[in-house]
Amino acid sequence: MSHLAPLILVLPLLGFLLVLMNGRSLNNRMVGIIATGVVGLSFLATCVAFVLLLHDHDREVTVNLFTWISVDTLHVPAALLIDPLSITMCLFVTGISTLIHWYSTAYMEGEKDFRKFFLYLNLFVFSMLTLVLANNLVFTFVGWEGVGVCSYWLVSFYFDRDAAASAGKKAFIYNRIGDVGLLLAMFLLFVHTHTLTYLGIFSSTSLLSPTIATLVVLALLLAATGKSAQIPLFNWLPDAMEGPTPVSALIHAATMVTAGVYLLVRMSPVLALSSSGRMTIAIIGGLTAFVAATIATAQKDIKKVLAFSTVSQIGYMVLAVGVGAYGAALFLMVSHAFFKALLFLGSGSVIHSLGGEQDMRKMGGLAKWLPLTFPTFLVGWLTISGVPPFAGFWSKGDVLTNVFAHNKPLWALGVVTAILTAYYMTRLFVLTFRGNERFREVTHQHDPHESPLAMTAPLLILAVLSVLGGLLDLPWAHGFSLTHFLAPTFGFVAPIGAQSTGLQTGLALVDFAAALIGLFAAFTIWRNTVESTTFEKPFFEHVWRWDDAYDAMFGRPLEQLAQVSNDVVENRIIDGAVEGLGGSVQRSGEGIRKLQAGMVRQYALAMVLGLTVIVVYLVGRVR
Amino acid sequence: MFATAYALPDLLVFAAAALCILTGAIGVIAMQNPVHSALSLILCLLGVAVAFLEQNADFLAAAEVIVYAGAIVVLFLFVIMFLGVDGSRHPHVEPLVGQRWLAALGVAITVAGVITLMVNSDWVSGVMSTSTGGTGLATGSGNVTQLGDSVFTTYLLAFEATAGLLIIAVVGAVLLARRERPADPDVEDDVVDVDVEVVDVEDEGEWWIIDHGTSEEVDS
Amino acid sequence: MTIPASWFLVLAALLFGVGAFGVLTRRSALIMFMCIELMLNAVNLTFVTFARSLSDIGGQTTVFFIMVVAAAEVTVGLGIVVAVFRRRESTSVDELSELQG
Repeated sequence: MSHLAPLILVLPLLGFLLVLMNGRSLNNRMVGIIATGVVGLSFLATCVAFVLLLHDHDREVTVNLFTWISVDTLHVPAALLIDPLSITMCLFVTGISTLIHWYSTAYMEGEKDFRKFFLYLNLFVFSMLTLVLANNLVFTFVGWEGVGVCSYWLVSFYFDRDAAASAGKKAFIYNRIGDVGLLLAMFLLFVHTHTLTYLGIFSSTSLLSPTIATLVVLALLLAATGKSAQIPLFNWLPDAMEGPTPVSALIHAATMVTAGVYLLVRMSPVLALSSSGRMTIAIIGGLTAFVAATIATAQKDIKKVLAFSTVSQIGYMVLAVGVGAYGAALFLMVSHAFFKALLFLGSGSVIHSLGGEQDMRKMGGLAKWLPLTFPTFLVGWLTISGVPPFAGFWSKGDVLTNVFAHNKPLWALGVVTAILTAYYMTRLFVLTFRGNERFREVTHQHDPHESPLAMTAPLLILAVLSVLGGLLDLPWAHGFSLTHFLAPTFGFVAPIGAQSTGLQTGLALVDFAAALIGLFAAFTIWRNTVESTTFEKPFFEHVWRWDDAYDAMFGRPLEQLAQVSNDVVENRIIDGAVEGLGGSVQRSGEGIRKLQAGMVRQYALAMVLGLTVIVVYLVGRVR
Repeated sequence: MFATAYALPDLLVFAAAALCILTGAIGVIAMQNPVHSALSLILCLLGVAVAFLEQNADFLAAAEVIVYAGAIVVLFLFVIMFLGVDGSRHPHVEPLVGQRWLAALGVAITVAGVITLMVNSDWVSGVMSTSTGGTGLATGSGNVTQLGDSVFTTYLLAFEATAGLLIIAVVGAVLLARRERPADPDVEDDVVDVDVEVVDVEDEGEWWIIDHGTSEEVDS
Repeated sequence: MTIPASWFLVLAALLFGVGAFGVLTRRSALIMFMCIELMLNAVNLTFVTFARSLSDIGGQTTVFFIMVVAAAEVTVGLGIVVAVFRRRESTSVDELSELQG
């Protein structure tokens, strides 16, 4: 294990370096093969590590790579912690990354920056794995920053487009604001526990007073909202859709945005110390899920709908974390990775076939033109809407059941959100694949073509996973489930009280009903209409005016401050001082110059007056 | 006649000398005609000579009259006549603002201050000087002998230097006052150049050589 | 009792003051020179007075040299005045103001 684990981490880095050094001599095909290959090998290594972990008695292995920082009491090793949580994360990160790398070899074909794309992707996978496998907060932070910067590069991949460049900046800046939270949490923890390794912190939780624990939890929540796009830092995710679709699928659906949830789940022993912190987390999660769902109902761009859908689903995960259902949160995370990646890649396939069109009003009737994309997308649609027996039903149901046990109002909000989820996804499906072929105006009589194998094969794989994903954690099979597997990690948390089977069935039926309501509502409304102001409220479409509010609260004042700084401080004060100094010297020189008029008698008078002064002084001294 | 603390003859002589000095001085600055000013100067210098005599400086009194009144002022008169400024032609308006008042003020304060200093200082009462080179006055040999001794032994170097100075002064004066020679008939008169071609190359210190514009013959 | 030295010194101071005022006030170069001579004479008077009161012949020697230098100075100075007058037709020093700031 101790040799295998570093391999998981290093393989993508190796890919990155190989392509970096030799990229010019390799043609695009080779670059694609190398990049996909290393991630694939990393996945295989992860599988082997998983098997090895199953046989390990402690279910917890620390692999020390090297000592990174060792100053006084601060010891930060570059070490990996292999436990059920990190292995689970690694499995789906590497797995989905492999599929998306494969997909990208076809999607990005013909791009002039093909090599750069795979460089960034590999570097991203490396950073994400660092984040997940690290055994201490600082090393995680390295990965955290790494995924942030890779996200920035990849979102602004088409950097000559203004919108893409701005979106990249926005993503990075919002992430950065969240990072302050993580740093504060690290500082607080170090001051009180004198260690930054997870295991060290977990064994010293008694050193944290409730207030400090709450502060730490809130700081971690801030970091999570930044990275996982929750309220109040979620505005960057929709804009990040400017990046190529594989980027949206990988980073903004399956991996990076889950990093925030991972962090909170990882720090569960600390969360256990603060009930107010957990309540805050739950409220934030619930609210975000609801708000994002409402916004998604009014979006016209297919990728924007999926982006807000991601925000909403992650809201569910955060909600689960808030009530202490860590296993449910992870189950939803894994299944969400499957179906959201499927949906994004599917939408990529649609966009590709239409030559770049992303507006749903200009799609329609694609079902018969995309014989492979259509059924896989259908599976994805049903999964996210929560229709049994697909994975979404089980995972979302798990979350909602756990929430019900703790907080009825938030459960109700969750159910409403589920209805909205089914509704907007059905709307998307209907507008894209059914109805009239509105795309004729765009593609000018070219028929849309199905995507190549490299793109459809991953779709198929993901569809299968979405169907079978529910098997990971069926409510009645607790002995052989994800939650059971993760139990050693969350052993510190008191297990949720078991609910009666009747109640569970009842709740499951409520979930199913919610899904059906949303489905039929959307079918009825959107079968024949394309646009509608009653159902696409502008308030929702404009993200509840959130961006405008931030602009007014922060953007404008800062801009004005910068303007004032430039006008007053820079131009008047600093330049004024410098030029004033020179100017005053010049002016005083000109003034003094007038003393010399060339008149001899004036000079003589000056001399006499000087003499007068001397004489007066001497007289004064005599006295 | 008067019973004063001081000997009457001394007093009278002093009064006369003072009168001449002050009258002459004021005359110099007040007269409009330069010739009158020069004559006032002579009056003043004669007064000073009398003051010298009263102080047992016989040689200097004589030198004052001969050198100052007899040579320097005569030189002044020569130049006045030579330049032809002997008419009175000075306007009463002072172009520099406040010059007269400031001058009067400054001078008055200075003089008052100096007088105060002199009156209040110890050395007016005739304390012996501490210089070792001092020789007694009016004892033993006469004034001229003493002066001669001093000049030709103690201050011999200064004496020789002043001799050199006089030579230099004479040479300088000759050069300064020399008129430029009449221009050669072959040389162009009205050159529009700024160059010095019209004027003599070995020009004697006429420091306005560069003429802005036309060159003209400056002949008096 | 001889006349006290302070009287002569006061007289010399007054003479100096008159000479200084004249230098500052009169515009003609020739008159200014004459006023300078007045000042020099005031100094001479002072020196002679001190020579008497301090019984030091050095004072009179100094006067001797001052006279020599005054003569030399007048010579050269009048030479300059003549040279300037040839150019400008006026002895006013106010017109010699080209060296200005």
